[in-house]
Amino acid sequence: MSINRREFFKIAGFAAALGLGGATVAAAVKKEVESSGPYLLDPKGLKAKRWAMAVDMAKFQSDADIQKCIDACHQTHNVPEVDPANPAQEIKWLWTETYEHAFPGNEDEFIAPHYKHLPFLVLCNHCENPPCVRVCPTKATFKRESDGIVMMDMHRCIGCRFCMAACPYGARSFNFRDPRPFIKKELNREFPTRTKGVVEKCTFCYERLAKGVMPACVEVSNGALAFGDIDDPGSDVRKVLDNNFTIRRKPELGTHPSVYYVIGGKEHA
Amino acid sequence: MLEKALKGGRTYWTWVAALLAVIGIGIACYIYQFFVGLGITGMSRDVSWGFYIAQFTFLVGVAASGVMVVLPFYLHDYKAFGKITILGEFLAIPAVLMCMLFIFVDMGQPLRVLNVLLHPTFNSVMFYDMCVLAGYLVLNILVGWTSLGAERKGIAPPKWVRPFVILSIVWAPSIHTVTAFLYAGLPGRHFWLSAIMAARFLSSAFAAGPALLIILALIVRRYSTFDPGKEAIQTLGKIVTYFMLTSCFFLGLEFFTAFYSGIPGHMQSFIYLYKGLEGHHQLVPLMWFSTILAVVAIGILVFPFLRRNEMILAFAAACVFISLWIDKGFGLIVGGFVPNPFEGITEYWPTTPEFLIAAGVWAIGFLVLTILYKIAISVKEESGGEAIH
Repeated sequence: MSINRREFFKIAGFAAALGLGGATVAAAVKKEVESSGPYLLDPKGLKAKRWAMAVDMAKFQSDADIQKCIDACHQTHNVPEVDPANPAQEIKWLWTETYEHAFPGNEDEFIAPHYKHLPFLVLCNHCENPPCVRVCPTKATFKRESDGIVMMDMHRCIGCRFCMAACPYGARSFNFRDPRPFIKKELNREFPTRTKGVVEKCTFCYERLAKGVMPACVEVSNGALAFGDIDDPGSDVRKVLDNNFTIRRKPELGTHPSVYYVIGGKEHA
Repeated sequence: MLEKALKGGRTYWTWVAALLAVIGIGIACYIYQFFVGLGITGMSRDVSWGFYIAQFTFLVGVAASGVMVVLPFYLHDYKAFGKITILGEFLAIPAVLMCMLFIFVDMGQPLRVLNVLLHPTFNSVMFYDMCVLAGYLVLNILVGWTSLGAERKGIAPPKWVRPFVILSIVWAPSIHTVTAFLYAGLPGRHFWLSAIMAARFLSSAFAAGPALLIILALIVRRYSTFDPGKEAIQTLGKIVTYFMLTSCFFLGLEFFTAFYSGIPGHMQSFIYLYKGLEGHHQLVPLMWFSTILAVVAIGILVFPFLRRNEMILAFAAACVFISLWIDKGFGLIVGGFVPNPFEGITEYWPTTPEFLIAAGVWAIGFLVLTILYKIAISVKEESGGEAIH
């Protein structure tokens, strides 16, 4: 290929303009970043040594109350709806399971029918000793030392799905496809959507806690979901644990889940 | 020595062209998967690993089994294996290559693969798996290529190779042990949570790998003037016999623990695989086919007079290979995900593009194997075939 003088000047001029333009933009961005000051944590942010949740099933009046929590979570985090063509590849952060499925190994033929059909809310247990973190080859999922939340870095995840094999609670979902076309409700622009090929799950609304608000599901639960610092004897979650008989999912595995379930108790007698 | 792969007859080039065609189809399907995502596979939220990872698992075993010919030759000076050590080493190379490709095609974000190196995580078994596989690949290329180069010149391989040979012998079991640890350390996956997992992996590998080697040696003899030797093939037959028995014994141990203890979690996957669970029995015919092949193979192999007939031995070897391929290259991985952590059942079957991608990876492996064997055999046809060490 050969170019004449005229074409050469045209290209050179264009390239120079582009370069100058780029430099101007870079300078503007630099100025903006410098003027905005250092990144600081929101002083209103909630802090804990270890966040935990207690699910008090008796406080849910109806299935609609439970669905409200699920909808709040999935709406806040832009969780895509089930693709009717591939229902087995669904993504969910918070959903319900019956007693025998939520607590396999504890099922009992003669359990009171009320409990047998109760839709238990299940989610990531934010284990103190999380197997998913142990197996992740890139630290894309990690336990935040400051407050025990098991976090996900969606930009680092390579999509090997080792964490899904390791999680004994089936808490993790994989984006088998681009999730964006399946976000049918209004997009929450405060929380990033995901790309295909990464794993995701509940993160105890770390982004809301940082701004000083309770997790989305807790906020709409009318007190059925108690959330707080399990190391603080005065916290909401500790009050529930101190006054009720609670169980956790698969405690025999040594993962130390941070999600507790109230089954019966004072108010339910 | 590579130029030797460029000289071949009509059969050779037809075979290469056929492999290239399968590779082409596989690449086309992979491009589709790359843009759409792993949604094109049969995998799901519940069965989150499938055919790809199962193939990877099986092939690590084939790679490790190279040690079954290298060890007797180098450590015990077993001369009959002198002719086929290179076949073992050159089988390990494409096997490891296929392992790496199967991991790669299974990744949701393949372009981020180097994150494993950028953020090395010492508590992840996958990190170690990557290290040992890469190491094993390098060791086999180094040892195989150097020894063959020496043989071509009719001299003994340089002395510095020997420490690498010893290292590769120790290294081989490590690759399959680490692969077993990917599964055996996961809480809540009862089917895999077994202390005998690595032992099972190694025994099935040392049966399936040499079984493949027997078939390859017979093919080599038929299509070239190089004879791997009757004695070498017979010894491989004995190795396959003992390890197939060990492998089936270990599987029996799993059955005993699960069913005598009667703990539901330990029994469920076995019931799903061999009988069907709660009306789901997609894999049952496949698992029984694997079992029948294993019984037939053992029925032949334990009788020396049957084993001595090379055609019967080849048939038994094929039975062993296919039986273990079904068991480990499919059932073992899928079975671990059924039932799911909620004791619900989602079944898995690979889709057509998923299967074609896997076929493409196998074809790449066979192409590399063909090229390497072509080179090795051409050298052996000139030198007479005896390696010196």
